[in-house]
Order: sequence, then structure tokens, then C-alpha cells
Amino acid sequence: MNSSSTQFVASGRMGMYEPIHQIGMWGENFKSNGISNASASIFIAGNLNSSQSILMAADTKLDNQSEDTSQGTLGPSSKYDLEASKPMDKVQRRLAQNREAARKSRLRKKAYVKQLESSCLKLIQLEQELERARHQGLYIGGAETSQMGFAGQIISGIATFEMEYGRWLEEQNKHIRNLRNAINTHLSDIELGVLVENGINHYSELFRMKAIAAKADVFYLMSGMWKSSAERFFLWIGGFRPSELLQVLKPQIEPLTDQQLLDVCNLKQSCQQAEDALSQGMEKLQQTLAETVAAGRLCEASHMPQMDTAMEKLEGLVRFVQQADHLRQITLQQMSLILTIRQAARGLLALGEYFERLRALSSLWVTSSREPA
Amino acid sequence: MEKVMGLASEKGVVIFSKSSCCMCYAVKILFQGIGVDPLVYEIDQDPEGREMERALMRMGCTAPVPAVFIGGKLIGSTNEIMSLHLSGTLIQMLKPYQALS
Repeated sequence: MNSSSTQFVASGRMGMYEPIHQIGMWGENFKSNGISNASASIFIAGNLNSSQSILMAADTKLDNQSEDTSQGTLGPSSKYDLEASKPMDKVQRRLAQNREAARKSRLRKKAYVKQLESSCLKLIQLEQELERARHQGLYIGGAETSQMGFAGQIISGIATFEMEYGRWLEEQNKHIRNLRNAINTHLSDIELGVLVENGINHYSELFRMKAIAAKADVFYLMSGMWKSSAERFFLWIGGFRPSELLQVLKPQIEPLTDQQLLDVCNLKQSCQQAEDALSQGMEKLQQTLAETVAAGRLCEASHMPQMDTAMEKLEGLVRFVQQADHLRQITLQQMSLILTIRQAARGLLALGEYFERLRALSSLWVTSSREPA
Repeated sequence: MEKVMGLASEKGVVIFSKSSCCMCYAVKILFQGIGVDPLVYEIDQDPEGREMERALMRMGCTAPVPAVFIGGKLIGSTNEIMSLHLSGTLIQMLKPYQALS
């Protein structure tokens, strides 16, 4: 670090610079922690007008008060003979500008690397999904599926859903960002209310999409294959468990009034009862389907005698998935009625970030499990 | 249809069901969990079952089963029951009919 700065001073030719030294500015070389550094900064600042504009990009307003005052005084010394003709405050300003530019450079590099890393994770995840989809034969073109009859309808129905879900996730990330900004910048209740309503409507949109997909292939929805693996771990009848949602939300929306506490408690209880009822209904459905499939004489390679009964049961499954989604929807709506707008905004943000974290966890798991043992 | 209305008034809480319908079973479990003992009438085991089904749909029950009547009045099917339960309204409506034990 010090060697490069003495190089500059030793050359003694103010009109000269070498582009290669710019690379040093990406690193930590030009922290304002010594007079020797200050001299190098003067030299570069005095000559690299074009590079200055590159480094400072669109931000030309620099905060001269931020880092430079901590530098201390620059008393006159032989190192400043080159700059003796320039007044001291201009020197100070140039110092500060240079430090600022370097700092911004470092931040930009950091952000870029971070973006690269997340893109890499996303790419791996996409590759995995593509592989999975190939195995399931999902990515068939429109012309082919139309000639495949009912099977084609299922395949194109699910392919449509997967595509729409990808878009839904992007929208969801926007909603989360908007909520986060709104809460941090203390928007008014009216503006927050709009965001809350949009957030809840966005979930309703997902349930609408799932209802259509359920009619195309209910087993696909039951498998949760469109979700990340960590989200799938918590799957309950094709989605998240409403009572678990309340569990996640509760610490994020406190403090609650006594009435709110009571209402949330009652909601949690009725939610739990509804879930139990649906779960038991599902168990009965599984049981009767198993009985239907096993009916008649097995071990004789005969066809299933009660095929139509079995088919009826599968129709019943569609109903359960739709009712589970209905339960999720009304749980969200009830919470928005119980909470204040501000609490509801925090709650929605918490919920969105919770699922975001589960997805991130899934990506991390995928990348870590790829490392050789 | 008189048969349907007659049966609906026989008890405080009446659920028209089909023995093969697992959603009807789920709604029955829900009521039991709340502490109510409903009268469950399996219309698929009734010779007039088809007509009863049509009558229920005419009355506005979309499903047509399960069809829930409270105090002789049609409340609705699974969707309505779930919405009412989560809003706390169902418990209020069932208060007079909860098991006294």
C-alpha cells in the first residue's frame, strides 16, 4: 500500500497517470489513515478527471463533511510541494472526493459480487427444476399437448400454472419490498392500507390459480412440487397450514390490545378445529380409496371392480384442496380485520419474509449438498 | 320440499350428507369438535335422495352436500360454515344447541 503511493510521489510528473493504478482503488489502499496516502490521493485526484467521472458515476454531490474531517490537519510538508500552488481547502475537497469515490467503488463492487452469488444460486435452482420437469415430461410444446387429448390438458394446465407461479413469485417479491419500504419510511395509514389490500389480494390470486390447477391435476397440487423443498416440508393439503401462519405472525405483530389478543386466540382455536376436521376428512378419503382399490380379489391380475367409486373419491380430493385454500384465504382476511393497518402491514411483511427465508434455505441446501463428501 | 324442511326442523342442527362424501364427514367432525351433536341425514340412503338433492340445490346450497341447517334455516355448505366459524359467528349461532354436559 505504501509502496504504490511513494511511487506516485517519486515520478514527480503531475500530468501522468497509469490506468493500472486505478485497479488499486477497488481495494482498501486508499483509506484515509495516513498522510502518505493523502499525498497519493492528491496526485490521482489532480490528474484523473475522466476516471473521476467513472468512479463517481452519477453521484456528483459528495458529502465533504463525512470522512475527511477525521483526517486531521494536513500541515505543510515537503510532500505537498507539488501541490503548493493549490489552496489548502481545494486540496481537502479533492481528498474527500477521492475517498468518497473509492468508497462508492468498493460498495458497488460488493453489491455486484452479491448479485452474482444470488444469480448463481438461482441458476442452480432453475437447473434443478428443469431437470425435474424434464422427468415429468412437463415442457411439451402447445401443438403436441393439444393432440394428446386429456393428458395434454393436464400437462399444459400444470405447465401454465408453473409459469404463472414464477410470475407470481416475482410480483410477491415486489409486494414484500414495497411493504418493507412503506414501514421503514412511515407512510400514512391510508397508503399502508392500500399495500395491505394489494398484498392480501395477491394471495387470493394464488388461490385462484391453484383452483384451476387442481381441476387439471389435483395430485400435482397435493405434492407441492411447485414449492421449494423447505416449503414442501410444511405442506398441508397443498399449501401452508393456517394455524402455523398465525404462529409465525403472533410475535411480529405485538403489542396487541386485550381485545385483539382474545380475537387472535379465538381465531387460532377455530382455525385449528377447521384444520382438524379437514385432516380427518382427508384420512377418511385415503382410507376409503385404499379400500376401494384393494376391493375384489388381488393376486389375480384382475382389473379394479369399483373403478367409478375410486374416481369419485379422487373428485373429492379436489374439493379438499379447494377447501384448504379457502381456509387459508379466510384466515388471512380475518387477521386483517382483527389487526390495525400498521399491524397488518407488519404481519404481511413478516409472512412474506418467512416464506422467502424458507426458499433461500432450500437453495442453500441444494448448493451445499452438491459439495463432494 | 317438505321432507327436507321437515327433517331440517327435527333438531337444532341438521346436516344433510351422503355416506360416500368425506367432506360431509369433515363438517360433522367440526361440529362435534365445537360440542354440538348434529342430526346427520344420509340422503344417498333415502329412496327420494335425488329429489332431496335437487331441492337442496334449489334452496341455494351449491354443493349440494353437506347442507347445514341451524334452527330449521339453511346456513349453507362447507364454504359458508368455514367462513362463519373463523369469524366467530358460528359459535354464537350454535350456543343454544351446544351439548349440556
